[in-house]
Amino acid sequence: MAEMESKPLTLNFGPQHPAAHGVLRLVMELDGEIIERADPHIGLLHRGTEKLIEHKTYLQAVPYFDRLDYVAPMNQEHAYALAVEKLLGIEVPPRGQYIRVLYSEIGRILNHILNITTFAIDVGAMTPLLWGFEEREKLMEFYERASGARLHAAYFRPGGVHQDLPAGLLDDIGRFCGTFPQHIEDFEGLLTNNRIFRQRTVDIGVVSRQDAMDWGFSGAMLRGSGVPWDLRKSQPYECYEDLDFDIPVGKKGDCFDRYLVRVEEMRQSLAIMRQCIEKMPDGPVSVENNKVTPPKRGEMKQSMEALIHHFKLYTEGFHVPPGETYSVIEAPKGEFGVFLVSDGSNRPYRCKIRAPGFAHLAAMDHLCRGHMLADSVAILGSMDVVFGEVDR
Amino acid sequence: MAGSHHTGLMNQALRDLGEYIGLALADALIDSETRRGELMLRVRRESIVKVLTYLRDDQNCQFKQLMDLTAVDYPEREERFDLVYNLLSLKQNHRIRVKVSTDEATMVASATGVFSSAIWFEREVWDMYGVMFSGHPDLRRILTDYGFDGHPLRKDFPVTGYVEVRYDEDQKRVVHEPVNLPQEMRQFDFVSPWEGMLHLPDNEKPQEEPAEDGEGEGAKP
Repeated sequence: MAEMESKPLTLNFGPQHPAAHGVLRLVMELDGEIIERADPHIGLLHRGTEKLIEHKTYLQAVPYFDRLDYVAPMNQEHAYALAVEKLLGIEVPPRGQYIRVLYSEIGRILNHILNITTFAIDVGAMTPLLWGFEEREKLMEFYERASGARLHAAYFRPGGVHQDLPAGLLDDIGRFCGTFPQHIEDFEGLLTNNRIFRQRTVDIGVVSRQDAMDWGFSGAMLRGSGVPWDLRKSQPYECYEDLDFDIPVGKKGDCFDRYLVRVEEMRQSLAIMRQCIEKMPDGPVSVENNKVTPPKRGEMKQSMEALIHHFKLYTEGFHVPPGETYSVIEAPKGEFGVFLVSDGSNRPYRCKIRAPGFAHLAAMDHLCRGHMLADSVAILGSMDVVFGEVDR
Repeated sequence: MAGSHHTGLMNQALRDLGEYIGLALADALIDSETRRGELMLRVRRESIVKVLTYLRDDQNCQFKQLMDLTAVDYPEREERFDLVYNLLSLKQNHRIRVKVSTDEATMVASATGVFSSAIWFEREVWDMYGVMFSGHPDLRRILTDYGFDGHPLRKDFPVTGYVEVRYDEDQKRVVHEPVNLPQEMRQFDFVSPWEGMLHLPDNEKPQEEPAEDGEGEGAKP
């Protein structure tokens, strides 16, 4: 019998696929079930955020950042606020910093719950999602009580945070910190020693240290490969220097290690939140410079100057001195950076958003080669991509 | 908060690093500056790959990660684009920014041979700005639609775009049409005519202040 001629099968995965974590079109060439090439087509959610920001004032640009990684919105605002503050040369008062850190960590837990549970669903476990989303809802209530919105908060603004926390909120967050560790235990009970989960993730999508650096990885993708690098520790911003927490690192750099890193990061985030609540100083939550932050409502009823400040701030906005900065934060997904160029006017001249997911997804082809088709889903899930930030 | 002493040390370390690199890459470097605790090198376009390779491999630099690559468009300049490479060294805990300038027609050598992460970053710069990279393995568009025309982040590309897409019920397919706005796109310019005027003539824009003088300017009363 003549030998059969074999030809790679081209498979189109997505753009609407439940395991694609958004609108990803993945064109794969398969030899049987083995992936020979994976070509992610992104941009299906491209909204031109960077272009739009160039046409808005500095304050109007804030809400665009919520819409990037909509899983942990405030973390993105944080990078932008830090960039603007750096160019303005202002420093947020301590209470503002602690509130920011507290909410950044809430964002981290929001993100990790979503990632771990949807990752589990990708590899076949349904229950964690059902359990996890109830906790996410509680966290989003904290968002809502501080900012008025569950998701699109626009809470971290250049100069501080928009409003002070309402009475009793810190106690409730403290109570959450008391109950949530049990839920982490539950997730771990369902997944960590689960035979199927391990079979699907251990030794899948291994990233070596070298590769992780070469591909510009950050966050859990880098730490999973054993590189102890976290911007909160190595290049601390806000009050992270005063807080005590550990950086978990993986050993092998496979999907399972990245999952373990994220689970431990949730515990560390809780520790940070507890410290923030304990140490939360009194005082203003944003700089008291009405050229950057609005005056108090009560003041505006009395003072003409306050009224003028308010009017100017919400029409013309503040001017930022010429210059440029690349400001980064440790977002839940990795290094989220904002490269901001100012020409001295009231609008950013250029605002490049460096999304961690973009760099991670770029390595999709590299990571998938030689794996089975079903593993691509596990690899993608462990990368923790959200297309809001990848496509921008 | 990072204390001012700590920041001072960091700045000094960065300035030393800048000098060190300046000596090693004297023929490639145009200028370097340290502002707001960030080190920036402007280098010659022809030597970008050499510079990146040096920064990656030198023992005192070890910028093993290309975290970001982007461009900035200054249409009034002769070489209108600045390519901005943001590198990170985990070993030295430093960041560095490398810049080269180019125009629409001139190719820039691709950094993909030095950093794999440049593959997608360069695709994005090509897509958004139309800067071409020589030696790139796969320079396709990345973020815009299939069949898109133009480079949207250029300053002369309108924010409304040229083409709009909709589903046509009669033809039962997606159609592309020239943008038709029921209301003109409005640009509100609230800049006060007394202190503003920054959006008007470009040659009247305020000059960059000298290096190391960027603090506390914006909060002017």
